[in-house]
Parts: sequence; C-alpha cells; structure tokens
Amino acid sequence: MKRLVIGAWQWIDDRLGIADLVGPAAKHLVPRDARWWYTFGSATMVAFIVQVVTGVALSFSYVSSSSQAYETLQFITNQAPFGNFLRGLHYFGASAMVLMVGAHMAQTFLFGAYKFPREMNWTTGVLLLAFTLVMGFTGQLLRWDQNATWSVVVAAEQAGRVPLIGDWLAQFLLGGATIGGATLSRFFAIHVFLVPALMFVFIALHLWLVLRHGISEPPVAGKPVHPETYRKEYHEMLEKTGVPFWPDGAWRDFVVGTLLIVAIALLAIIFGPPALDKPPDPSILQADPRPDWYLLWYFAVLALIPAALEGYVMILAPAVIGILLLVVPILNNRGERAASRRPWSIAVVLLSVIMIGSLWIAGARSPWSPNFDPQPLTPKIIGATSGPVFEGARLFQEKACLNCHLIEGHGGRRGPDLTWVGDRLTHGDIVIRIVNGGVNMPAFGKSLKPEELAKITAFLESRKQPVP
Amino acid sequence: MNEIIPNKSSPASKASPEEMSRRRFFEKVSIALGGLCAAVLGVPLVGFVLAPLFRRPPNDWLPLGQVSDFEIGKTVNVTITDPSSLPWAGISAKSAAWLRRVNEEQFIAFSVHCTHMGCPVRWLSDAGLFMCPCHGGVYYADGTVAAGPPPIPLTRLAVRVANGQVQLKAGPIPITNTL
Repeated sequence: MKRLVIGAWQWIDDRLGIADLVGPAAKHLVPRDARWWYTFGSATMVAFIVQVVTGVALSFSYVSSSSQAYETLQFITNQAPFGNFLRGLHYFGASAMVLMVGAHMAQTFLFGAYKFPREMNWTTGVLLLAFTLVMGFTGQLLRWDQNATWSVVVAAEQAGRVPLIGDWLAQFLLGGATIGGATLSRFFAIHVFLVPALMFVFIALHLWLVLRHGISEPPVAGKPVHPETYRKEYHEMLEKTGVPFWPDGAWRDFVVGTLLIVAIALLAIIFGPPALDKPPDPSILQADPRPDWYLLWYFAVLALIPAALEGYVMILAPAVIGILLLVVPILNNRGERAASRRPWSIAVVLLSVIMIGSLWIAGARSPWSPNFDPQPLTPKIIGATSGPVFEGARLFQEKACLNCHLIEGHGGRRGPDLTWVGDRLTHGDIVIRIVNGGVNMPAFGKSLKPEELAKITAFLESRKQPVP
Repeated sequence: MNEIIPNKSSPASKASPEEMSRRRFFEKVSIALGGLCAAVLGVPLVGFVLAPLFRRPPNDWLPLGQVSDFEIGKTVNVTITDPSSLPWAGISAKSAAWLRRVNEEQFIAFSVHCTHMGCPVRWLSDAGLFMCPCHGGVYYADGTVAAGPPPIPLTRLAVRVANGQVQLKAGPIPITNTL
C-alpha cells in the first residue's frame, strides 16, 4: 500500500513538478537566529487566509443587493448553521490582520530590515497595508446596515474635498448622486474581487522578494549595511550558519499561526460578530455612524483637527504619510540597522503607537458628540423642586444644554463639566457665555427670552460644591 | 522522460539581420495585439464602472403633502424616495429632509446632511438647533453654523407649493468641496 502511494506521488510529482517548485523555496536557508520576532509576517498571511476562507463561505449566502443584503446578513447571523461563528471569524480575522500587519511593519522598521537590498519588500508591504485598510473599511460597508450607509456618505464627503475631481470621486463611491442600488454592488466588487486580486498579486510579489533577497538577519549594533558588500556577506553567513526554512524556521510560524487562529475562533465564539445596526434606510435620522475599531482613530482626527486646516489635513495627510512610508527605504537604505543605533526609529514607532492609541481612545469616547439621550436631572441633583433654580434646570435640559454639558455625571461631554460651575464663574460670566456662545457653543442670545436666561443662570449659579 | 527538442532557429546572438528584423516585427505585432486586446476589454470596462458619474442626478418635484398638513413654525422630518433609483435599491433609495412651514405659503427645507462629513443632523425643537451626532456640528434654526467643525451652513433644498401641495425637489447628496 505504502509503495503504491509513494509511486502515485512520484508519478504526480514528475508530471506536475511540485517538488521542483516548492522544494527550493521550502528548503532555502534562513539566518539561524531569525526567531519569534520574525513570525508577524506569516501571522498576517494566516489572518489573510482566514479572511479568504470565511469570506468565500459567507458569499455563499450573502446577496450584494441594496434591497436584500441586510436580510441575508440577518439570515447568516441568526439562522444559518455556523453563520454567526463565520461572521465572527471574518470580523476578528480582519482585526487580527490589521494588528499583525502593524506589528510586522513596526518590527521591520525597528530591525532596519527595509534597507538594502530589501527596499521593495518594504514598498510592497506598505501597499499591502493600504489594501488591508481598504478591505477593513469596505468590509464594514458590506454589513449594509444604517451605520454602513452613513459611512458611505462620510467616505463620499471626504472624497469630495479633493480639489477639482472631488465631486466625481464622491459620485464614483456612491455609484451615482445618491445612495441607491449601485452603491453596495460597487463596494462588493471592490471588497470581493478588485482589492483581493491586488492583494494576491502583491502578496506573491512580497513572498518572491523574501525568497529573492532572503530573510534579513537580526541586526547587530556596529555592523552597518554596505550595499557594495552586503550580499556577499549575507550569503557567506547563510552558508556558514544558516538553517533550512522548512522545518527549522517554519515551525515557529506554524505555532504562532495556530495560536492566532485559536484566538480568532475564541473571540468569535465569546463575543460573536458585530451586531447589525438598524436597516439601511437613510430616512431614519436616529443614527450614530462610527467606523470599526481600526479606523476609530481617524474618526477622532476628523473631530479634533482645527477647522481651518481640516480640508488640507484630510487630503494631504494621508498622501504625505503614504509617500513618506513608500520612500523610507529610498531615503535611508544603508548604514546601521540596530534600533539601539537608530534611536529615532524607536521614537517614530513609539510616537505612532501613542498617537494612534490616544486618538483611538478619544474616538471610542467621542466626547465631541452630543448626548442625544441624556439622563434627566433629578430634583435631588437640582437641589430644588420649584422656583427659579428648578425652572432653570428644566430649561437647561429643554434647550439642549444638557446634551453637551455634564451635571453630576448626567449629560454630554462636548462642553465643560458644569457640575460646580457656580464656584468658578460669576453671574456676569455665565450670562455672557450663554448669550454670546463660544468656539464650540452656540450663542443663545437670540433664542432665549430674558426670563429664561435668568432662570438658567440662577440654576448654574446654584451649582456650588457643598461646604463640608 | 521527454527530451527537450533544440530550437531549430538560431540564437539571437547568431541571427542574421533579416531574422532579427523579423523577430522585432513579431515582437511589435505581439505587443500591439496585446494592447488592442486590453483596449477592447478595457474601454467598456472603464466605461461601465464610471457610468454612474454621468447618470443624471434626481431632479423631480416630489410631493410631501397638502399645505394644511404642516403647522406654521414647526420643523418636521419628511421622507422622500428617489424616483430615479434602480429597482433593487429597496429602502436605501429613501432619504429625508427637514421642512419648516414659515408662514401661510412659505416653506423652507434643509438637507439632513451635515456639511462637515455628511452625517444626519437632528432637529432639537426646544433648543431651535440642528445637531450632528458625528463630530459635534451644531446649526441654528436658519441653517447657519452655530458650533463645531462644519465649514458651511446646512444645504437649503428647493421647495414649492403647487396646487395646494408642498413639493420638494429631489437632488444629489450635497457634497462639501470647501478645503
């Protein structure tokens, strides 16, 4: 039996040349000490495979029609066997891919692995990062719930800021002048065919470059890259101390890949897929559009940049960041690779993590968004059940002041916390601010009657911390 | 095992000028044919994908109700359906507008799209403000910016009274181009 199987395999391999094709790639020599830090790239690939497999499975039931997609997703989530789990895998697979591609990029940057002769490995990786983010955003839109339809509008509005061709770009994204039948189909085509095809091509190119230039050896301080001699030294090192990728190097990739899949599956089981929002009806205005977590930081950017700079930041910042990332290896392809000799590289990575992390937290809290459903102020909080202070508190809620200001934890966070405002502002200060407004506060001078202003002021003046 | 049959034609280095010229010709013909194929497939593909750019935006007057259906001074949310939408658009072809009856005969209407990022603004009647849930944009009752990042006022939509019926002109989603 064994002989039969071996014979069959030899026949197939002879005709197809599988061993000749895969063998050299599997057995190519890699630096002996390229260990756990080198597993982020393969982990990204594992996440991508999870996305392809679960995406193909989901497409068996998903209908990319504006009128039916939402219902098919409800079917997949609530009725189809394993549908809920598959959606969860697809969501957490996307999250894992974004995290792993970020980790892979940071490791490559810190190890100086983008330097000669691996400049194009980095460049193709930057493009793959961009494709990953596009996949994340378009994937969120395929949920085709209320959040998705408004997110398409937000994307179109951003595209609209591009000089000269903004309107065309916006219409291209919307599939016309408004949201409609063409909108979802084109995002489906982009998410399922166009970008994945580009990703397959660029992943193949990226892997080919890894084989062509070899896996970079861990950096050693005081051992800079000289393009004139690097290749010779690298091959000598491999000849002396290299180990075959399969299985000496690959087993760690399999361990990390397996752990990643287990983590994705556990998250999918424990938390499930993101809940579907209301139906995709743009006439329902009780909406609170938010991107998925990996783009929340950008949502915060749009709220926090000064209005005068907004258009420029929106258009130029992604372009400048993209160009900078692409030209990193062209600007700096030789010299020291060790992070200890390139402290600025540690600063760049740390600053990026801190910046994106802070913006992410800000995006998750989004204090700039009004609270449309604040908990009403109770008589206990108001400290009165009648009179001007009580009336003022009632007006404070009616006139939407509470939507943007906190009083003892009730209300919004757009403006300052007014719980003890009576301690820090005088009667005159309070009146001036209400009447004239401020940078982020409307002027209520024209809409409030004098007696209403007096009552609100009385309420705010009463907000004084009790003396123990 | 099959043996590789040597190429009968001479290698490039030993080719005669006539043969080189013939090869150049074949190269050019092959590249030209490839380009032609790409154009034959590419032109309709690009045209098809870009077609929505050239689709006429909705431009019809849509009925909202009788004049008497609307109270003077009140701002209400009205729902319209894009009549030019594709048959499979479903509920995504619906949209909304804010409509206010100013006096006996005059109405004004605002787009629901915040001019900052297009999110749906809500009308807070007691406060007399439109508020955006996304980035904190606030507008006064006349649509002018009261606070937050919106660069321009809310878009006014065309509205008219014809034969006792209030009508709103359907239009594209307003896209802000301000840098």
